[in-house]
Amino acid sequence: MIDILKAIAAKIDEEKDYLTELDNEIADGDHGVNMAKGFDAVVAKLDAMAGKDIGSILKTTGMTLVSTVGGSAGPLYGTAFMKAGAKLAGKNEMDGKDLVEAMEAAIGGIQMRGKATTGEKTMLDALCPAFDALKEGIEAGEELKDALTKAVKAAEDGVEYTKTIKATKGRASYIGDRSIGHQDPGATSAFYMLETLLANI
Amino acid sequence: MVGVVIVSHSQTLAEGVVELAKLMASDAKIVAAGGLDDGTPGTSFEKIYNAVEEVYSDDGVAVLMDMGSAVMTTEMVIEAMEGRKIVMLDGPVVEGGVVVALEASLGTPLEELQEKVDEARDTKKLDN
Repeated sequence: MIDILKAIAAKIDEEKDYLTELDNEIADGDHGVNMAKGFDAVVAKLDAMAGKDIGSILKTTGMTLVSTVGGSAGPLYGTAFMKAGAKLAGKNEMDGKDLVEAMEAAIGGIQMRGKATTGEKTMLDALCPAFDALKEGIEAGEELKDALTKAVKAAEDGVEYTKTIKATKGRASYIGDRSIGHQDPGATSAFYMLETLLANI
Repeated sequence: MVGVVIVSHSQTLAEGVVELAKLMASDAKIVAAGGLDDGTPGTSFEKIYNAVEEVYSDDGVAVLMDMGSAVMTTEMVIEAMEGRKIVMLDGPVVEGGVVVALEASLGTPLEELQEKVDEARDTKKLDN
């Protein structure tokens, strides 16, 4: 789990300018920089977490993101990681069923915190279809890697879908129809996380 | 006296609202929690948490926020301080901040402050 989180931090850092550019087009242009700052702070804590269970690692990740990100991604991803961590408390390994449960809790946390649903041009437009694909695959008895591959594809399609819709949540909602045509930065960072998870399991 | 916390993505905006409110209510317990620790724009869990602590008493604390993460981060602070008397008020930060500081300094209880903010929101500045 520590290696996966480090890989996510590296990916976010690599894409930080692109995420900020996407955010600049429709909102306040802080997403990339904020996420990179938050995950930098997470990485600084990870080595001390070696040997801890997955739940504790994810909970610390969430709390660190809340304290350091500074934009909406902080409380949203922070709540997501904390909820996932609570589901995986005491576990040192994660199977497909665990991931389904953790992701369900994480998405529930984002919906609760952001009072958002799909179709509003947010990270949920990547995460919810990914979750549905993952759950379907795992319940059909697929290997984790196969089910997650489909989930990542669904997230990627979700990011594409955000280009076609108007933002009705978050800062981008201020520009209304003018947000159509732009892809959502939150959905994009959520896709990067899932893609990185797949590449590292 | 109810304490008041102004949360904004901008440190200078939060401090400005406090400055303006103090012109009307110099003895109000009102503090700013704007921007991140280094003063750059954003909302900081620690800053909001510490601001609430600073003005907290048994009379409680009212928080006025700007948008997005200011609201969500304040919610998380309130969850972390479970059991304490803290209320988020929904309304304009500038006009609401002035009215709430004034009302709080005059002894209006926490439970009645949302109504005062609603009045501030509905007050027209122009006749037409």
